[in-house]
Amino acid sequence: MIKRVLPWLFVLFAMPALAAGDGPVLLQSGANISDQASLQRGAQLYVNYCGSCHSLEYMRYSRLAKDLGLTEEQVMRDLNFTGGKFGETMKAAMPAGLGTEAIGSEDWFGKAPPDLSLIARARQNGPNYIYTYLLSFYPDPTRPIGWNNTVFPNASMPHVLWERQGIQNLRKVDEHTESGGHATGPAFDLLKPGTRSVDEYRQDARDITAFLQYVGEPAALDREKYGIWVILYLLLFTCVAYLLKHEYWKDVH
Amino acid sequence: MAGDRTTTQSGVLGWIDQRMPVVDFWNKHLAQYYAPKNFNIWYYFGSLALLLLVNQIVTGIWLAMYYKPSAAEAFASVELTIMRDVEWGWLLRYMHSTGASFFFIMVYLHMFRALLYGSYQKPRELVWVLGVLIFLAMMAEAFLGYVLPWGQMSFWGAQVIVSLFGAIPIIGEGLVQWIQGDYLPSDPTINRFFALHVVALPISLLGLVVLHLGALHEVGSNNPDGIDIKKKKDAAGVPLDGIAFHPYYTVKDLVGVGVFGMLFAFVIFFEPTFGDLFLEYDNFAPADPMVTPAHIKPVWYFTPYYAMLRAIPDKLMGVVVMGAAVMILFLIPWLDRSPVRSIRYRGPITKIALTLFTIAFVTLGYLGLQAGSELQKLVAQICTAIYFLFFFLMPVYTKIDSVKPVPDRVTMHD
Repeated sequence: MIKRVLPWLFVLFAMPALAAGDGPVLLQSGANISDQASLQRGAQLYVNYCGSCHSLEYMRYSRLAKDLGLTEEQVMRDLNFTGGKFGETMKAAMPAGLGTEAIGSEDWFGKAPPDLSLIARARQNGPNYIYTYLLSFYPDPTRPIGWNNTVFPNASMPHVLWERQGIQNLRKVDEHTESGGHATGPAFDLLKPGTRSVDEYRQDARDITAFLQYVGEPAALDREKYGIWVILYLLLFTCVAYLLKHEYWKDVH
Repeated sequence: MAGDRTTTQSGVLGWIDQRMPVVDFWNKHLAQYYAPKNFNIWYYFGSLALLLLVNQIVTGIWLAMYYKPSAAEAFASVELTIMRDVEWGWLLRYMHSTGASFFFIMVYLHMFRALLYGSYQKPRELVWVLGVLIFLAMMAEAFLGYVLPWGQMSFWGAQVIVSLFGAIPIIGEGLVQWIQGDYLPSDPTINRFFALHVVALPISLLGLVVLHLGALHEVGSNNPDGIDIKKKKDAAGVPLDGIAFHPYYTVKDLVGVGVFGMLFAFVIFFEPTFGDLFLEYDNFAPADPMVTPAHIKPVWYFTPYYAMLRAIPDKLMGVVVMGAAVMILFLIPWLDRSPVRSIRYRGPITKIALTLFTIAFVTLGYLGLQAGSELQKLVAQICTAIYFLFFFLMPVYTKIDSVKPVPDRVTMHD
């Protein structure tokens, strides 16, 4: 019987391969949401560099404290710059509104910065997308904001982490195609080093990615933990059911 | 008055049985329903489909307690309330979304089983027809449910599917507005789709399933040999090749439930989006009528039919072909002229035809997920032709094909 089941299992689990799509070449983020220290660093970087413009409307401070192993005091002091209550969700520090009395981020960048609660899930290979995006800024004088990005060309967002990464130039297209590879993506040359080394900045990007991946699905911390036990239980159930079936079917020939 | 009916039971069961034939019912459908003893792996998928229907209803009831059927609140009620704030809400949602895909996997395998062993042939035509009606109701139910989270693919999927009605001459445009309650999918659309999804279609599905089983139990189950087991009975009138559904197949189906449960749990707990096939990444962005996704595609279980729609250059013809592809399933019992049921005793032409049909259907499913290049369109057209030729030519090839002698009694494998 197993010989007849196997091809079907194969078909079932080969199916995701059919959904492979195209898009920019993405790097492997290496983000790990089980690494709580990484999540904490990512949260810190996020509120300092991203959270002034990008809200996390589906993330409550209280949930953040619980899942990241932080106290209410720590979260309210280090991760909350908007004055939001502990049970509320993470709003952006800068108002988005265009044409209100206060000048909002939409006036600055021409477009309201999107909420990032689900960004890691709303893109194909979301975590790799975020990671590669954070590594792919380069100066571009033709853009109003002075920056461009190879993962999301002509994005309205400046490179807010430039002090940490430094400034990197995009190598001209013909140069890197001549140098051999196609699926390797664009190449950059570091013009001016930042406060972080290349590896340290990659870790920064990885931490922010892990944080946004966690924010995209906080339940992911739980589900794999429970999943093991559910499957082990069902394995036991299947064994008992098989023995029961074997016993009942003894007299069927 | 109570007591006119005789019962062999005592106590509470006896009291009930005097007033309602519960014992007869139990015997007729389980303890004395004699099923062929040679069921193989293909016979698990019917009971598993039923299990998934129960799963969809139970998880659906709890999801409906938190879901808000409004354009302003639907997305947040799923992604904030259910996925984050409700204890175990994420599990309910993944059981429901994964359950929908598994329901289709089980039903497609269940239907393929019927094609393999000729289970739709006389006297089971009505069982098959009711089954196709269940398939139709499932498609409607799945489409409506997919719109409810009000993500980008919900909105644009609804836009594409509802606009198909616009291809109908004269009344098309008005019909689309009547269905949506607006010029585009919007708040009234979600509200009515919710009503249909949680009330109208589940009731229809349950009713059809009862009729499907009722019709089946009247004529009895087919088997991998396609042999009528009622032709050989013992002195007590029990088919010689039949065994009581309960306990034999109830315990056997429990093994199926266990193996299925492990696969189901694996997806729910470890791969709930199943590589963007069960939950598409575009649907994690809220519906935005101003931003069209780069690649609008239905969920995998509709893609074979979607590929047919795209393969036909004319919109109205495409809709007609897509509709005909499902409707033609109703006719199979009358298209098949073979004197034998099971593929085991049929000739090479039928085997080749079924193989080509299966390859064409799976290929169409793959193509429906792709962006659609010119080459893919050509392949889709060829596969659509194969799909229809399988049915159109069925009266011919099933009649002229050779057959092997069918044994008197069922054969046991495994």
